Amino acid sequence: MTRMVWRRMLSSLFVGACAIAVLVALVPLAFVLFFVLSRGVQALNLDFFTHMPLPVGESGGGMANSIVGTLILTGLAALMAVPVGVMSGVYLSEFPGSRFTSIVRFAADTLNGVPSIVIGVFAYGVAVLPFRQFSALAGGLALGIMMIPIIARTTEELLLLVPGALREGALALGATRARAVFTVIVPAALPGIITGIVLALARVAGETAPLLFTSFNNRFFTTELTQPISSVTVQVFTYAISPYEDWQRQAWAGALVLVTIVFICSLMARLATSRVADMRGR
Amino acid sequence: MTGQIANPSIRLKAPTPTARPTEGAANRERDVKIDVEHLSFFYGAKRALEDISVKIHPNVVTAFIGPSGCGKSTFLRTLNRMNDIIPGARVEGTARIDGNDIYAPGVDVVGLRRRVGMVFQKSNPFPKSIFENVAYGLRINGMAGSKAELAGRVEESLRQAALWDEVKDRLQESALAMSGGQQQRLCIARALAVRPDILLMDEPASALDPIATQRIEELVYDLKKAYTIVIVTHNMQQAARVSDHTAFFWLGRLIEYDRTDKIFTAPAEKLTEDYVTGRFG
Amino acid sequence: MRSRDIGFRLSTGAFAFVLASIVVAIGFELSRQSMLSIQKFGFDFWRTSTWDPVAGQFGALPFIWGTLYSSILALLIATPVAIGIAVFISELCPRILRTPLVFLTELLAAIPSIVYGLWGIFVLVPAVRSLEIALPDSLRALPLFSGPPLGVGMLSAALILAVMVVPFTSTVAREVLRTVPLAQREAAYALGATQFEAIRAAIFYARTGIVGAVMLGFGRALGETMAVTMVIGNNPQVSASLFAPQYTMAAVIANEFTEAADELYLAALVEIGLVLFIITLVVNGLSRGLIWTMAGRKSGRAAA
Repeated sequence: MTRMVWRRMLSSLFVGACAIAVLVALVPLAFVLFFVLSRGVQALNLDFFTHMPLPVGESGGGMANSIVGTLILTGLAALMAVPVGVMSGVYLSEFPGSRFTSIVRFAADTLNGVPSIVIGVFAYGVAVLPFRQFSALAGGLALGIMMIPIIARTTEELLLLVPGALREGALALGATRARAVFTVIVPAALPGIITGIVLALARVAGETAPLLFTSFNNRFFTTELTQPISSVTVQVFTYAISPYEDWQRQAWAGALVLVTIVFICSLMARLATSRVADMRGR
Repeated sequence: MTGQIANPSIRLKAPTPTARPTEGAANRERDVKIDVEHLSFFYGAKRALEDISVKIHPNVVTAFIGPSGCGKSTFLRTLNRMNDIIPGARVEGTARIDGNDIYAPGVDVVGLRRRVGMVFQKSNPFPKSIFENVAYGLRINGMAGSKAELAGRVEESLRQAALWDEVKDRLQESALAMSGGQQQRLCIARALAVRPDILLMDEPASALDPIATQRIEELVYDLKKAYTIVIVTHNMQQAARVSDHTAFFWLGRLIEYDRTDKIFTAPAEKLTEDYVTGRFG
Repeated sequence: MRSRDIGFRLSTGAFAFVLASIVVAIGFELSRQSMLSIQKFGFDFWRTSTWDPVAGQFGALPFIWGTLYSSILALLIATPVAIGIAVFISELCPRILRTPLVFLTELLAAIPSIVYGLWGIFVLVPAVRSLEIALPDSLRALPLFSGPPLGVGMLSAALILAVMVVPFTSTVAREVLRTVPLAQREAAYALGATQFEAIRAAIFYARTGIVGAVMLGFGRALGETMAVTMVIGNNPQVSASLFAPQYTMAAVIANEFTEAADELYLAALVEIGLVLFIITLVVNGLSRGLIWTMAGRKSGRAAA
């Protein structure tokens, strides 16, 4: 019976260890959120959103140009990635089983795993080097490439969730396949697809590495697409590794803005996916 | 009472609180292996079993029959507390094995399950070798002291399951490479290896072809010399062929429990008769 | 009808083709840009450890070393934690806790690398530094802990990487565990297994997929840039010490790319990027292969 006691103990120990693992992972999360929140709130004010960065020594200022920059960069990325991603997703879900589909699916997963810094190097090679000019366009390209596989795979998955009866209904009415897909199936999955796009946007909005040598940084306000442009992430990086306390404070404020965006998007996605799950359950 | 019952005879003739085969004077039938009294089972708020009382005798084969969803499998799984792993499951009433209440507080569930073996509807071998599948229970329960003893018990179990001759030369091959019928007999061997005294079988042949089914049935017949066997089946011919006693379940209740020949030739309940003659189900 | 369907197939297929060709284009472009360095240094690039842009000497061994060392360390820390979380969420925790826990692990994955880096610089590094100072001298004599207690260095990088890798590995491991048939656990329970033994049987059943999950985490760790760059100390040296400031492939690209004035320097950096691309390609490919074999194609999708 001592063996039984030992087995029971081992089992309880294992269960306990798993629970501890959860805590071990949540502690850093809590720490990160706590510091971002407490330090960020101290530094965050309206000026942060409306003012330009100030030179060293002057207190205050903001990241107005970086915020606009991030919006422009993610906008450019979406402009490029949404059509390619959604249409690829349609292709993947409509023509499963073909060799080309497997290749595309594999490529999407591969692209998803490519380090963002490598994508930055690629964008530098095709969009910066030939023009000898850092630009918002190059940054948008890098972020767009990162978004494409996420959108494609989300779209594919969500389209596959649409009940087959809907498609058959449309086809039975004499719709062509394209018509059935774009007037019935895609609209049915649209809320989910939009959620996927928002999540992908949130993810690339937090990217720094691919922007370092594509959109670079800019101390000034610009909306010029062929010029280097600032972004919140690169600006946070610049400030974070600077020796000036004022700048470091700004970095925390920037981090708070980034985390807030991510948090809201994740929450929205959670709510939306639970609705999709409901749909599936029914 | 349940208002949705269409057949009025049910309401008139509720089953006796403790059903027990009435005929037959064989000695073994005086002994009771499993004694269940007023057992009800709930999934959350839903009552899946209602006030089941039954005495199951050692070294006989008892079959549970009834239409799907009637609770026969659920009842089977209360006998080794397999339902414990379902969240929200709850049991009321008592179930005794050899006189000990298996739902009493402090009962060693792990030990109980070792003594009450179970074979499932779909064969579920581990993705390991044939040998390791049978050895698994022996290993976790620390039931074999030496390698030779382990090998001996594995062989013994495989022989009991009438599988030894087919697999003795490929014990190290993956169990997943076997045929469906072989896999099921392997699962029986695996259950026998830990030397249970009760064997619960949940539709063990429902996924098998007729020849494999016949082998399982022959095996059940052989095994009852050493084990108390409870077998759930939706196949009435099978119940008639292999079992000594039969219990008929309907809508979570035990309608009739008697000697198998009696159930199939002269059931006491109209509902049982309707079912065994194929009028519904 | 038929011809219009073909039109539909071609037009959506064109976009899919764009997607696929991006991967090829990345490989092609990186090879082209790094040709200068590949031709000049050949295989020596990966065997020598002098990184001297001024003298035109480029040896990438320290970066490979730093990348592998930090990623493997991170994996050692993260894997048990990630599997523990996966088991807890899929097998042990009450249903009401499941969704919040999944959300929190997702959040852990969603926090931008730069935010981890910022936190690393100002919170983690000082903490690691005091830990290093508190270490008894007898231990400090070991090569594993040699060098001044700077805070920045391999240990900080591995810790922060571990935090970032955990959600990826645990999410995939959870999905993989979900594909284990209930019958496997039941079989174990029916033979008198304890909860641990039944879960072990499930993990054994899922072992291929779980190895895949771990490798997916490895792939993430290899390419992680910002957070590592900010805490690893950026010193190209091959050292076994956890306290030594070191360098990774991703970090050197991030730090030096805009400073690469001459073509050879740039080519050397791109070559590092190319190798990083190839390594992550192989690691991710292997990991996905494992997850797919385990879970079948349908569930493999969740791993993307």
